[in-house]
Amino acid sequence: MGGLSGADLGLALSVFFACAVEAIEALTIVLAVGVTRSWSSALYGVGAAVVALAVVVAALGPALTSLPIDTLRLVVGGLLLVFGLQWLRKAVLRAAGLKALHDEAQAFAAEAAAARAAGSGARPGIDGYSFAIAFKGVLLEGLEVAFIVLTFGANQHRVGLAALAAAAAIAVVIAAGVAARAPLARVPENAMKFAVGAMLTSFGTFWGAEGAGASWPGGDAALLVIIPGVVLASIAMVLWLRRPPSHVSTRGEAA
Amino acid sequence: MNGLIKAALAVWDFVVGDDWVTAIGVVVALGLTALIAAAGGAAWWVMPAAVIALLALSLRRAAR
Repeated sequence: MGGLSGADLGLALSVFFACAVEAIEALTIVLAVGVTRSWSSALYGVGAAVVALAVVVAALGPALTSLPIDTLRLVVGGLLLVFGLQWLRKAVLRAAGLKALHDEAQAFAAEAAAARAAGSGARPGIDGYSFAIAFKGVLLEGLEVAFIVLTFGANQHRVGLAALAAAAAIAVVIAAGVAARAPLARVPENAMKFAVGAMLTSFGTFWGAEGAGASWPGGDAALLVIIPGVVLASIAMVLWLRRPPSHVSTRGEAA
Repeated sequence: MNGLIKAALAVWDFVVGDDWVTAIGVVVALGLTALIAAAGGAAWWVMPAAVIALLALSLRRAAR
């Protein structure tokens, strides 16, 4: 595979943490329907979702990597920025106490209650509810993983490395889930989402500007300034939003 | 046709989410970067400035 550059390492870490977060959320959903209704049907749902995701990646991967590099960087940079700013906005709002923290134990309880309320799963054959919920959960969380793997990987021509980082994250989460036999509620999921949002936004800023024709001072080394800059600005915004409501309003209108 | 519209809406919702103003801002900032770069100017500063401003504005709207 050769040596890893700083950008490769950033790619691998961003994909690993993003995929870990999504895998934790998918695991909670699968655990809830598996424990309360039918493990076999839930696992069939997981398998079907994995096949659907593989088709999406196989269809979009070659199309993305065949684009000219500047077009690819412009498109991928823009998409990553829009996507990353969504993650970062939610993470800042959570850190500032303006949005409820994502709680896997609570999510598990809610999913399990809904699964019980959906009627008996003690029918012969496949339990449609377990299959559908596991399929939908894994597909939706997996689409974000596929999006990140494809955009990061295609842009640096390291789809293999991105896929490897994603597979490692999913394997770690599954191993931890099997060991704990419970939702992974103690993982610092919100902090991970904050970090991933900052990375997506930073790489989107870097690639988007390059794709639009700008040259960064210092080349790739500019990322070493952009990433801490985005993190510090986001922390400053958390502190700004944590102020009492009257202060927030006054500062907000002046900004 | 209905399926196509539904798919397009799903893609829009997936990528843009509930904050289309930020998405438009990103497109405008990329366009401005391209214009300045095409004119031979230093354009690298546009995106970092735009990202900080767009995030702050988005948070301000969400915090209201």
